[in-house]
Amino acid sequence: MLQVVLEHYNYWIAILLMMVGFYTVVARGNLVKKLVGLNIFQTSVFLLYISMAKVTGGTAPILDDRFQVYSNPLPHVLILTAIVVGVATTALGLALVVRIRESYGTIEEDELDLMDGET
Amino acid sequence: MIITLVDIALLTFMGATAFAILRLRSLFAVVMLSGVYSLLAASMFVALDAVDVAFTEAAVGAGISTVLMMATLALTGERERPSRHTPYVPLAVVLITGAALIYATFDMPPFGAADAPVNLHVAPRYLNDSFAEVGLPNVVTSVLASYRGYDTLGEVTVIFTAGVAVMLLLGGRKGDDAGIKNEPPEDDTGADDGGSAA
Amino acid sequence: MRHHRVLRIISKLLIPFIMLFALYVQFHGDFGPGGGFQAGVIFASAFILYGLIFGLENARKVAPPSVVTRLIAAGVLIYAGTGYAGLIGGANFLDYNVLGATPVAGQHLGILVIEFGVGTTVAAAMITIFFLFAGRER
Repeated sequence: MLQVVLEHYNYWIAILLMMVGFYTVVARGNLVKKLVGLNIFQTSVFLLYISMAKVTGGTAPILDDRFQVYSNPLPHVLILTAIVVGVATTALGLALVVRIRESYGTIEEDELDLMDGET
Repeated sequence: MIITLVDIALLTFMGATAFAILRLRSLFAVVMLSGVYSLLAASMFVALDAVDVAFTEAAVGAGISTVLMMATLALTGERERPSRHTPYVPLAVVLITGAALIYATFDMPPFGAADAPVNLHVAPRYLNDSFAEVGLPNVVTSVLASYRGYDTLGEVTVIFTAGVAVMLLLGGRKGDDAGIKNEPPEDDTGADDGGSAA
Repeated sequence: MRHHRVLRIISKLLIPFIMLFALYVQFHGDFGPGGGFQAGVIFASAFILYGLIFGLENARKVAPPSVVTRLIAAGVLIYAGTGYAGLIGGANFLDYNVLGATPVAGQHLGILVIEFGVGTTVAAAMITIFFLFAGRER
Protein backbone atom coordinates (compact mmCIF):
# COMPACT_ATOMS: atom_id res chain seq x y z
CA MET A 1 0.00 0.00 0.00
CA LEU A 2 2.76 2.45 1.03
CA GLN A 3 4.66 1.33 -2.04
CA VAL A 4 1.74 2.27 -4.30
CA VAL A 5 1.44 5.69 -2.63
CA LEU A 6 5.15 6.44 -2.95
CA GLU A 7 5.18 5.34 -6.59
CA HIS A 8 2.35 7.70 -7.50
CA TYR A 9 2.53 10.57 -5.00
CA ASN A 10 4.19 12.98 -7.45
CA TYR A 11 1.57 12.28 -10.11
CA TRP A 12 -1.30 12.67 -7.66
CA ILE A 13 -0.04 16.02 -6.39
CA ALA A 14 0.47 17.14 -9.98
CA ILE A 15 -3.16 16.25 -10.71
CA LEU A 16 -4.35 17.92 -7.50
CA LEU A 17 -2.51 21.13 -8.43
CA MET A 18 -3.85 20.92 -11.96
CA MET A 19 -7.42 20.64 -10.65
CA VAL A 20 -6.94 23.54 -8.19
CA GLY A 21 -5.66 25.65 -11.08
CA PHE A 22 -8.50 24.47 -13.31
CA TYR A 23 -11.10 25.33 -10.66
CA THR A 24 -9.56 28.78 -10.15
CA VAL A 25 -9.72 29.46 -13.88
CA VAL A 26 -13.32 28.23 -14.25
CA ALA A 27 -15.02 29.34 -11.03
CA ARG A 28 -13.29 32.58 -10.01
CA GLY A 29 -14.48 35.79 -11.64
CA ASN A 30 -11.46 38.03 -11.16
CA LEU A 31 -9.24 38.07 -14.25
CA VAL A 32 -5.94 38.39 -12.34
CA LYS A 33 -6.97 35.44 -10.17
CA LYS A 34 -7.73 33.46 -13.31
CA LEU A 35 -4.20 34.13 -14.60
CA VAL A 36 -2.69 32.99 -11.28
CA GLY A 37 -4.81 29.84 -11.60
CA LEU A 38 -3.50 29.35 -15.12
CA ASN A 39 0.06 29.58 -13.74
CA ILE A 40 -0.73 26.90 -11.15
CA PHE A 41 -2.14 24.68 -13.90
CA GLN A 42 0.99 25.26 -15.96
CA THR A 43 3.36 24.44 -13.10
CA SER A 44 1.46 21.21 -12.45
CA VAL A 45 2.18 20.11 -16.02
CA PHE A 46 5.85 20.99 -15.51
CA LEU A 47 5.85 18.90 -12.35
CA LEU A 48 4.32 15.94 -14.18
CA TYR A 49 6.97 16.06 -16.92
CA ILE A 50 9.90 16.47 -14.54
CA SER A 51 8.58 13.66 -12.32
CA MET A 52 8.52 11.32 -15.30
CA ALA A 53 12.14 12.25 -16.13
CA LYS A 54 13.45 11.32 -12.67
CA VAL A 55 15.43 8.10 -12.43
CA THR A 56 15.94 6.67 -8.94
CA GLY A 57 19.58 6.97 -7.92
CA GLY A 58 20.31 9.24 -10.86
CA THR A 59 21.80 12.70 -10.83
CA ALA A 60 21.35 15.91 -12.80
CA PRO A 61 22.23 15.38 -16.50
CA ILE A 62 25.60 17.14 -16.39
CA LEU A 63 28.15 14.58 -17.51
CA ASP A 64 30.97 13.65 -15.16
CA ASP A 65 33.14 10.57 -14.80
CA ARG A 66 32.03 10.04 -11.22
CA PHE A 67 28.39 9.30 -12.13
CA GLN A 68 26.84 6.53 -14.18
CA VAL A 69 23.09 7.14 -13.88
CA TYR A 70 21.50 10.38 -15.05
CA SER A 71 17.93 11.60 -15.14
CA ASN A 72 16.33 12.02 -18.55
CA PRO A 73 17.41 15.40 -20.03
CA LEU A 74 14.75 15.63 -22.73
CA PRO A 75 11.74 16.63 -20.55
CA HIS A 76 14.02 19.17 -18.83
CA VAL A 77 14.65 20.86 -22.17
CA LEU A 78 10.96 20.92 -23.08
CA ILE A 79 9.94 22.38 -19.72
CA LEU A 80 12.77 24.91 -19.56
CA THR A 81 11.58 26.57 -22.73
CA ALA A 82 7.94 26.17 -21.68
CA ILE A 83 8.56 28.16 -18.49
CA VAL A 84 9.96 31.14 -20.38
CA VAL A 85 7.19 30.97 -22.97
CA GLY A 86 4.76 30.74 -20.03
CA VAL A 87 5.91 34.03 -18.55
CA ALA A 88 5.70 35.64 -21.98
CA THR A 89 2.08 34.54 -22.34
CA THR A 90 1.32 35.60 -18.75
CA ALA A 91 2.65 39.06 -19.58
CA LEU A 92 0.40 39.16 -22.63
CA GLY A 93 -2.61 38.09 -20.53
CA LEU A 94 -1.86 40.75 -17.92
CA ALA A 95 -1.57 43.38 -20.65
CA LEU A 96 -5.04 42.37 -21.85
CA VAL A 97 -6.34 42.63 -18.25
CA VAL A 98 -4.92 46.16 -17.97
CA ARG A 99 -6.63 47.19 -21.23
CA ILE A 100 -9.94 45.62 -20.16
CA ARG A 101 -9.79 47.54 -16.88
CA GLU A 102 -9.12 50.79 -18.78
CA SER A 103 -12.02 50.25 -21.15
CA TYR A 104 -14.60 48.80 -18.72
CA GLY A 105 -13.42 50.05 -15.31
CA THR A 106 -13.60 46.55 -13.80
CA ILE A 107 -11.90 43.17 -14.10
CA GLU A 108 -14.70 41.09 -12.54
CA GLU A 109 -16.22 38.70 -15.03
CA ASP A 110 -19.82 39.15 -13.76
CA GLU A 111 -19.71 42.93 -14.19
CA LEU A 112 -18.08 42.62 -17.62
CA ASP A 113 -20.92 40.30 -18.69
CA LEU A 114 -23.52 42.78 -17.44
CA MET A 115 -21.89 45.69 -19.28
CA ASP A 116 -21.62 43.73 -22.52
CA GLY A 117 -25.28 42.77 -22.15
CA GLU A 118 -26.34 46.43 -21.84
CA THR A 119 -24.65 47.72 -24.99
CA MET B 1 14.63 7.82 2.15
CA ILE B 2 15.45 11.41 3.15
CA ILE B 3 15.04 12.41 -0.49
CA THR B 4 11.58 10.86 -0.50
CA LEU B 5 10.65 12.77 2.65
CA VAL B 6 11.88 16.05 1.14
CA ASP B 7 9.86 15.30 -2.00
CA ILE B 8 6.70 14.61 -0.04
CA ALA B 9 7.12 17.66 2.20
CA LEU B 10 7.70 20.01 -0.75
CA LEU B 11 4.77 18.58 -2.71
CA THR B 12 2.47 18.90 0.29
CA PHE B 13 3.55 22.52 0.75
CA MET B 14 2.83 23.17 -2.93
CA GLY B 15 -0.66 21.73 -2.56
CA ALA B 16 -1.33 23.81 0.56
CA THR B 17 -0.11 27.01 -1.15
CA ALA B 18 -2.30 26.31 -4.16
CA PHE B 19 -5.37 25.92 -1.91
CA ALA B 20 -4.50 29.14 -0.08
CA ILE B 21 -4.27 30.94 -3.43
CA LEU B 22 -7.69 29.58 -4.36
CA ARG B 23 -9.29 30.66 -1.07
CA LEU B 24 -7.82 34.14 -0.55
CA ARG B 25 -9.65 37.24 -1.76
CA SER B 26 -6.82 39.74 -1.32
CA LEU B 27 -5.04 39.73 -4.67
CA PHE B 28 -1.87 41.15 -3.13
CA ALA B 29 -1.61 38.06 -0.91
CA VAL B 30 -2.46 35.84 -3.89
CA VAL B 31 0.39 37.27 -5.97
CA MET B 32 2.87 36.95 -3.09
CA LEU B 33 1.78 33.35 -2.53
CA SER B 34 2.18 32.58 -6.20
CA GLY B 35 5.80 33.72 -5.81
CA VAL B 36 6.17 31.35 -2.85
CA TYR B 37 4.56 28.60 -4.93
CA SER B 38 7.09 29.13 -7.73
CA LEU B 39 9.96 28.98 -5.28
CA LEU B 40 8.61 25.71 -3.86
CA ALA B 41 8.28 24.37 -7.39
CA ALA B 42 11.90 25.35 -8.06
CA SER B 43 13.05 23.49 -4.93
CA MET B 44 11.02 20.50 -6.06
CA PHE B 45 12.72 20.57 -9.47
CA VAL B 46 16.14 20.53 -7.76
CA ALA B 47 15.05 17.47 -5.78
CA LEU B 48 14.01 15.87 -9.09
CA ASP B 49 17.47 16.51 -10.66
CA ALA B 50 16.23 19.18 -13.05
CA VAL B 51 18.67 21.93 -12.05
CA ASP B 52 18.30 23.95 -15.26
CA VAL B 53 14.52 23.94 -14.94
CA ALA B 54 14.74 24.92 -11.26
CA PHE B 55 17.00 27.81 -12.13
CA THR B 56 14.56 29.07 -14.75
CA GLU B 57 11.53 28.64 -12.51
CA ALA B 58 13.22 30.55 -9.66
CA ALA B 59 14.26 33.42 -11.92
CA VAL B 60 11.06 33.59 -13.97
CA GLY B 61 8.25 32.40 -11.72
CA ALA B 62 9.39 33.89 -8.43
CA GLY B 63 11.00 36.95 -10.02
CA ILE B 64 9.60 38.37 -13.23
CA SER B 65 6.01 37.04 -13.01
CA THR B 66 5.59 38.42 -9.49
CA VAL B 67 6.84 41.85 -10.56
CA LEU B 68 4.50 41.89 -13.58
CA MET B 69 1.50 40.83 -11.48
CA MET B 70 2.25 43.51 -8.88
CA ALA B 71 2.47 46.08 -11.68
CA THR B 72 -0.93 44.90 -12.94
CA LEU B 73 -2.46 45.10 -9.45
CA ALA B 74 -1.21 48.69 -9.15
CA LEU B 75 -3.24 49.46 -12.29
CA THR B 76 -6.35 47.39 -11.58
CA GLY B 77 -6.98 47.27 -7.79
CA GLU B 78 -6.35 44.50 -5.33
CA ARG B 79 -9.68 43.18 -4.03
CA GLU B 80 -11.51 40.28 -5.57
CA ARG B 81 -15.31 40.47 -5.30
CA PRO B 82 -17.17 37.32 -4.23
CA SER B 83 -18.67 35.52 -7.20
CA ARG B 84 -22.44 35.45 -7.48
CA HIS B 85 -22.49 32.02 -9.13
CA THR B 86 -22.88 28.77 -7.22
CA PRO B 87 -19.69 26.71 -7.39
CA TYR B 88 -21.40 23.33 -7.88
CA VAL B 89 -21.04 22.86 -11.64
CA PRO B 90 -17.32 23.79 -11.80
CA LEU B 91 -16.68 21.69 -8.68
CA ALA B 92 -18.37 18.66 -10.26
CA VAL B 93 -16.42 19.09 -13.51
CA VAL B 94 -13.13 19.43 -11.63
CA LEU B 95 -13.80 16.44 -9.37
CA ILE B 96 -14.79 14.17 -12.27
CA THR B 97 -11.77 15.21 -14.35
CA GLY B 98 -9.46 14.76 -11.37
CA ALA B 99 -10.88 11.32 -10.57
CA ALA B 100 -10.43 10.21 -14.19
CA LEU B 101 -6.83 11.44 -14.23
CA ILE B 102 -6.01 9.77 -10.91
CA TYR B 103 -7.48 6.52 -12.26
CA ALA B 104 -5.18 6.93 -15.26
CA THR B 105 -2.05 7.28 -13.10
CA PHE B 106 -2.35 3.61 -12.10
CA ASP B 107 -1.31 2.74 -15.65
CA MET B 108 1.77 4.93 -15.43
CA PRO B 109 5.22 3.48 -14.75
CA PRO B 110 6.23 3.85 -11.08
CA PHE B 111 7.97 7.08 -10.09
CA GLY B 112 11.71 6.93 -10.75
CA ALA B 113 11.66 3.76 -12.87
CA ALA B 114 14.73 3.61 -15.10
CA ASP B 115 12.93 1.37 -17.61
CA ALA B 116 9.92 3.66 -18.07
CA PRO B 117 9.12 4.20 -21.77
CA VAL B 118 10.11 7.91 -21.55
CA ASN B 119 13.62 6.98 -20.55
CA LEU B 120 14.19 4.35 -23.25
CA HIS B 121 13.76 6.14 -26.54
CA VAL B 122 16.06 9.10 -27.35
CA ALA B 123 17.41 9.97 -23.90
CA PRO B 124 20.08 7.20 -23.80
CA ARG B 125 21.42 8.39 -27.13
CA TYR B 126 21.71 11.97 -25.87
CA LEU B 127 23.41 10.83 -22.66
CA ASN B 128 25.84 8.43 -24.38
CA ASP B 129 26.75 10.24 -27.58
CA SER B 130 26.29 13.96 -26.92
CA PHE B 131 29.73 14.41 -25.36
CA ALA B 132 31.46 12.99 -28.44
CA GLU B 133 29.18 14.85 -30.88
CA VAL B 134 28.73 18.24 -29.18
CA GLY B 135 31.43 18.23 -26.52
CA LEU B 136 29.47 19.86 -23.68
CA PRO B 137 29.09 18.32 -20.23
CA ASN B 138 25.62 19.84 -19.73
CA VAL B 139 23.36 17.58 -21.79
CA VAL B 140 20.40 19.92 -21.33
CA THR B 141 22.31 22.69 -23.13
CA SER B 142 23.41 20.41 -25.96
CA VAL B 143 19.87 19.15 -26.53
CA LEU B 144 18.38 22.64 -26.21
CA ALA B 145 20.82 24.44 -28.47
CA SER B 146 22.04 21.77 -30.87
CA TYR B 147 19.83 18.68 -31.23
CA ARG B 148 16.63 20.66 -30.83
CA GLY B 149 17.91 24.03 -31.99
CA TYR B 150 15.00 24.45 -34.39
CA ASP B 151 12.54 24.03 -31.51
CA THR B 152 14.36 26.66 -29.46
CA LEU B 153 14.32 29.05 -32.42
CA GLY B 154 10.54 28.71 -32.32
CA GLU B 155 10.46 29.45 -28.59
CA VAL B 156 12.59 32.56 -29.03
CA THR B 157 10.20 33.68 -31.75
CA VAL B 158 7.29 33.19 -29.32
CA ILE B 159 9.00 35.51 -26.81
CA PHE B 160 9.64 38.03 -29.58
CA THR B 161 5.96 37.84 -30.56
CA ALA B 162 4.81 38.27 -26.95
CA GLY B 163 7.05 41.32 -26.59
CA VAL B 164 5.61 42.83 -29.76
CA ALA B 165 2.04 42.03 -28.68
CA VAL B 166 2.48 43.67 -25.27
CA MET B 167 3.96 46.70 -27.07
CA LEU B 168 0.87 46.85 -29.27
CA LEU B 169 -1.50 46.56 -26.29
CA LEU B 170 0.22 48.90 -23.83
CA GLY B 171 2.60 50.91 -26.01
CA GLY B 172 0.21 53.72 -26.93
CA ARG B 173 -0.83 56.40 -24.48
CA LYS B 174 -3.94 55.88 -22.39
CA GLY B 175 -7.01 57.04 -24.32
CA ASP B 176 -5.32 56.62 -27.68
CA ASP B 177 -8.12 54.32 -28.75
CA ALA B 178 -10.44 57.36 -28.85
CA GLY B 179 -10.07 57.11 -32.61
CA ILE B 180 -11.84 53.76 -32.56
CA LYS B 181 -14.81 55.19 -30.68
CA ASN B 182 -15.13 57.98 -33.29
CA GLU B 183 -15.80 55.49 -36.03
CA PRO B 184 -19.48 56.35 -36.72
CA PRO B 185 -18.69 59.89 -38.02
CA GLU B 186 -16.07 58.40 -40.33
CA ASP B 187 -18.73 56.02 -41.62
CA ASP B 188 -21.00 59.00 -42.28
CA THR B 189 -18.37 60.73 -44.41
CA GLY B 190 -17.83 57.44 -46.22
CA ALA B 191 -21.56 57.28 -46.96
CA ASP B 192 -21.48 60.92 -48.18
CA ASP B 193 -18.64 60.09 -50.55
CA GLY B 194 -20.65 57.16 -51.85
CA GLY B 195 -23.64 59.47 -52.32
CA SER B 196 -21.67 62.05 -54.30
CA ALA B 197 -20.23 59.36 -56.50
CA ALA B 198 -23.70 58.11 -57.27
CA MET C 1 11.24 55.38 -3.37
CA ARG C 2 13.73 58.24 -3.39
CA HIS C 3 13.93 58.56 0.39
CA HIS C 4 14.71 54.88 1.15
CA ARG C 5 18.43 55.23 1.66
CA VAL C 6 19.04 51.58 2.58
CA LEU C 7 17.28 50.29 -0.53
CA ARG C 8 19.13 52.75 -2.76
CA ILE C 9 22.60 51.93 -1.45
CA ILE C 10 22.11 48.17 -1.26
CA SER C 11 20.68 47.98 -4.75
CA LYS C 12 23.50 50.14 -6.09
CA LEU C 13 25.89 47.59 -4.63
CA LEU C 14 23.90 44.62 -5.90
CA ILE C 15 23.18 45.64 -9.49
CA PRO C 16 26.75 45.15 -10.85
CA PHE C 17 26.91 41.72 -9.27
CA ILE C 18 23.52 40.73 -10.66
CA MET C 19 24.75 41.64 -14.13
CA LEU C 20 28.05 39.81 -13.62
CA PHE C 21 26.13 36.74 -12.46
CA ALA C 22 23.91 36.97 -15.53
CA LEU C 23 26.98 36.98 -17.77
CA TYR C 24 28.42 34.01 -15.85
CA VAL C 25 25.17 32.08 -16.27
CA GLN C 26 25.09 33.03 -19.96
CA PHE C 27 28.58 31.85 -20.84
CA HIS C 28 28.98 29.05 -18.32
CA GLY C 29 25.70 27.41 -19.33
CA ASP C 30 27.60 24.86 -21.41
CA PHE C 31 29.23 23.36 -18.32
CA GLY C 32 26.79 23.92 -15.47
CA PRO C 33 23.14 24.78 -15.08
CA GLY C 34 22.22 27.91 -16.97
CA GLY C 35 22.00 29.28 -20.46
CA GLY C 36 20.47 32.05 -22.47
CA PHE C 37 16.94 31.87 -21.05
CA GLN C 38 18.02 32.14 -17.41
CA ALA C 39 20.75 34.70 -18.09
CA GLY C 40 18.36 36.91 -20.03
CA VAL C 41 15.86 36.94 -17.18
CA ILE C 42 18.55 37.68 -14.57
CA PHE C 43 20.03 40.46 -16.72
CA ALA C 44 16.59 41.98 -17.12
CA SER C 45 15.98 41.77 -13.38
CA ALA C 46 19.01 44.04 -12.80
CA PHE C 47 17.32 46.72 -14.92
CA ILE C 48 13.96 46.07 -13.26
CA LEU C 49 15.53 46.54 -9.82
CA TYR C 50 17.10 49.79 -11.02
CA GLY C 51 13.76 50.96 -12.38
CA LEU C 52 11.93 50.09 -9.15
CA ILE C 53 14.40 51.93 -6.90
CA PHE C 54 15.52 54.91 -8.97
CA GLY C 55 12.37 55.56 -10.96
CA LEU C 56 11.30 54.67 -14.46
CA GLU C 57 12.68 57.87 -16.02
CA ASN C 58 16.22 57.07 -14.93
CA ALA C 59 15.86 53.45 -16.03
CA ARG C 60 14.69 54.64 -19.46
CA LYS C 61 17.84 56.78 -19.70
CA VAL C 62 20.06 53.77 -18.90
CA ALA C 63 18.23 51.42 -21.28
CA PRO C 64 16.56 53.59 -23.94
CA PRO C 65 13.34 51.84 -25.10
CA SER C 66 14.19 52.46 -28.76
CA VAL C 67 17.43 50.47 -28.37
CA VAL C 68 15.87 47.73 -26.21
CA THR C 69 13.03 47.09 -28.66
CA ARG C 70 15.53 46.71 -31.47
CA LEU C 71 17.47 44.21 -29.35
CA ILE C 72 14.37 41.96 -29.12
CA ALA C 73 14.51 41.51 -32.87
CA ALA C 74 18.32 41.40 -32.93
CA GLY C 75 18.41 38.29 -30.73
CA VAL C 76 16.07 36.37 -33.04
CA LEU C 77 18.15 37.51 -36.02
CA ILE C 78 21.39 36.36 -34.37
CA TYR C 79 19.80 32.96 -33.78
CA ALA C 80 18.38 32.57 -37.28
CA GLY C 81 21.57 34.05 -38.77
CA THR C 82 23.62 31.28 -37.13
CA GLY C 83 21.28 28.81 -38.80
CA TYR C 84 21.91 30.41 -42.19
CA ALA C 85 25.68 30.45 -41.51
CA GLY C 86 25.42 26.67 -41.34
CA LEU C 87 23.50 26.64 -44.63
CA ILE C 88 26.20 28.78 -46.31
CA GLY C 89 28.87 26.42 -44.97
CA GLY C 90 27.17 23.57 -46.81
CA ALA C 91 25.35 21.88 -43.94
CA ASN C 92 21.71 21.86 -42.85
CA PHE C 93 19.92 24.80 -41.21
CA LEU C 94 21.19 25.17 -37.61
CA ASP C 95 23.87 22.51 -38.11
CA TYR C 96 26.95 24.00 -36.44
CA ASN C 97 29.45 21.31 -37.44
CA VAL C 98 30.83 23.38 -40.32
CA LEU C 99 31.32 26.58 -38.28
CA GLY C 100 34.67 25.53 -36.75
CA ALA C 101 37.78 23.61 -37.70
CA THR C 102 36.39 20.40 -36.19
CA PRO C 103 32.72 19.48 -35.70
CA VAL C 104 33.02 19.76 -31.92
CA ALA C 105 34.64 23.21 -32.15
CA GLY C 106 31.91 24.26 -34.56
CA GLN C 107 29.22 23.01 -32.18
CA HIS C 108 30.85 24.94 -29.35
CA LEU C 109 30.91 28.18 -31.31
CA GLY C 110 27.40 27.74 -32.66
CA ILE C 111 25.91 27.04 -29.23
CA LEU C 112 27.70 30.05 -27.72
CA VAL C 113 26.33 32.34 -30.44
CA ILE C 114 22.75 31.12 -30.37
CA GLU C 115 22.67 31.20 -26.55
CA PHE C 116 23.79 34.82 -26.85
CA GLY C 117 20.89 35.44 -29.24
CA VAL C 118 18.44 33.78 -26.84
CA GLY C 119 19.76 35.84 -23.92
CA THR C 120 19.49 39.08 -25.89
CA THR C 121 15.88 38.47 -26.91
CA VAL C 122 14.74 37.32 -23.47
CA ALA C 123 16.46 40.18 -21.61
CA ALA C 124 15.22 42.83 -24.04
CA ALA C 125 11.67 41.44 -24.09
CA MET C 126 11.46 41.31 -20.28
CA ILE C 127 12.84 44.87 -19.91
CA THR C 128 10.40 46.16 -22.54
CA ILE C 129 7.42 44.43 -20.92
CA PHE C 130 8.38 45.83 -17.51
CA PHE C 131 8.77 49.36 -18.90
CA LEU C 132 5.36 49.14 -20.56
CA PHE C 133 3.57 47.88 -17.42
CA ALA C 134 5.32 50.30 -15.06
CA GLY C 135 4.94 53.25 -17.41
CA ARG C 136 1.19 52.87 -17.86
CA GLU C 137 -0.74 55.72 -16.22
CA ARG C 138 -3.46 54.63 -13.91
